[in-house]
Amino acid sequence: MKMYTALFRIRFVNTLQYRAAALAGVTTQFAWGFMLILTFRVFYRENPAAFPMEFSHMVSYIWMQQAFIALFMTWFWEDDIADSITSGAIAYELVRPLDLYNRWFCQCTANRVSRATLRCIAIFLVVFLLPEPFRMSLPPSFAQFALFLLSAVLALGVVVAFCMLVYTSLFYTMSPLGIRIISAMLGEFLQGAIIPLPFFPAPIRVIVELLPFAAMQNMPLRIYSGDIAGSDALRGMILQVFWLIMLFAVGRVAMRRALKKVIVQGG
Amino acid sequence: MGLYFKFFAMHLKSQMQYKVSFFMTMLGQFLTSFLGLIGIYFMFSLFNEVAGFTFAQVLLCFAIVLIAFTLAEMFGRGFDLFPRMLGNGEFDRALVRPRNVIFQVLASKMEFARIGRLVQSVVVLIYALSTSGIVWTWDNVLTLVLMIVCGSLVFFGLFVIYAAVSFFTVEGLEFMNILTDGGREFGRYPFVIYGEGVLRFLTYVIPLALFQYWPLLYLLGMEESMFYMFTPLLSLLFLLPCYVLFRVGLRRYKSTGS
Repeated sequence: MKMYTALFRIRFVNTLQYRAAALAGVTTQFAWGFMLILTFRVFYRENPAAFPMEFSHMVSYIWMQQAFIALFMTWFWEDDIADSITSGAIAYELVRPLDLYNRWFCQCTANRVSRATLRCIAIFLVVFLLPEPFRMSLPPSFAQFALFLLSAVLALGVVVAFCMLVYTSLFYTMSPLGIRIISAMLGEFLQGAIIPLPFFPAPIRVIVELLPFAAMQNMPLRIYSGDIAGSDALRGMILQVFWLIMLFAVGRVAMRRALKKVIVQGG
Repeated sequence: MGLYFKFFAMHLKSQMQYKVSFFMTMLGQFLTSFLGLIGIYFMFSLFNEVAGFTFAQVLLCFAIVLIAFTLAEMFGRGFDLFPRMLGNGEFDRALVRPRNVIFQVLASKMEFARIGRLVQSVVVLIYALSTSGIVWTWDNVLTLVLMIVCGSLVFFGLFVIYAAVSFFTVEGLEFMNILTDGGREFGRYPFVIYGEGVLRFLTYVIPLALFQYWPLLYLLGMEESMFYMFTPLLSLLFLLPCYVLFRVGLRRYKSTGS
């Protein structure tokens, strides 16, 4: 365990070095968030009754999404890991006395957390002070906030476990580009990064909400805003735990099988 | 010009060497914009109209902007990847060759996998044209062509600015994305929906609305005046500062030495 915390710390500090890049990124995210809110506002004005979320919930959802974009995005790609599989550098990894799955899981998590830390602080400093209707509201209660934190951790776990599965698939295909784009894009769409899940038509939504993708940013962002509360939140979080365990287990098995067969050409 | 076609053929051939990778990337490109399309469809299954525009009319907008952007990206990819060219010193080699620098950057990279997105947006365009009830008169055809051609030139100008800025910073600037990728993403709705301020900015500063919203009014018969038909031509004025900025950057360019 101590080894993994050390690993986490190294990665975390490493990414924190890129502060200027993070600030430039934050500017983009502000503009992006504003435009998204403006878009949804037009639809809201068109017909408030047909709008499936409360507007203030929507605003919180969007700002939270922008603040934690690095935490939940499925198109974030660890070049280190992909390269080590396709280039054969994995041979070095295999001789280390560390479990490879855990090591990579840890690395992905640390990278995401450190990126998100810089960005979310900058964003939070501003969005609570914005004029209405752009201002982000606080969660409805402290209990709800606690649920949000827990759900965010679970969602992060699900996202990383999902990405680990995609990396493992590289052992079999060696052509990362296609799988990478397709899994990333489907992941983004089905976790509610393009439009939140409440905007999906009812019959599709019923199915989508059961998928592992719904256990990603969909849950914590909607819990924070107050869109999901009480027993619904608990049910959603049980689903998150379920998918986390499933993806983790499948990922470990898949990797063990891949590693058994892996042949690294010499050189 | 003949030289450009040689480069064109060369890039096409080299990219066709890796067929699986090429088609996978194409599929990915297709999927990306297709999911955007589904997003619009979902929104319109809840709301019938947005700011007076119907689903078909928004699709028209979506398709025109996407075609313009994709064309600009296919041919102007060299400027998009320019920071990398500066960073690895490849640009220094271009400087010593007896050809126009802008031409060389332009010819250095072309991305044909974007065809996946292009095909899709053309299909959407045809669908939108047939359902939004636009009559095929010569002026409507001309408006449409102007929108697409000038649109891709404006996006191209944005890529040039992006490249020019990297003369000063060496790193690409992420905030330029809001103008390029953002222009594509948010250009799927007529820019008027984002309010007066945004519309004015996109008319007078970064003229995205000049090839999108204003001529769209003419195309849909919401405005009669011929002036709206030719607004895309006005947007071409934007290319001038783009060019100047690139020149200024070029003059103060110092190699990274690597």
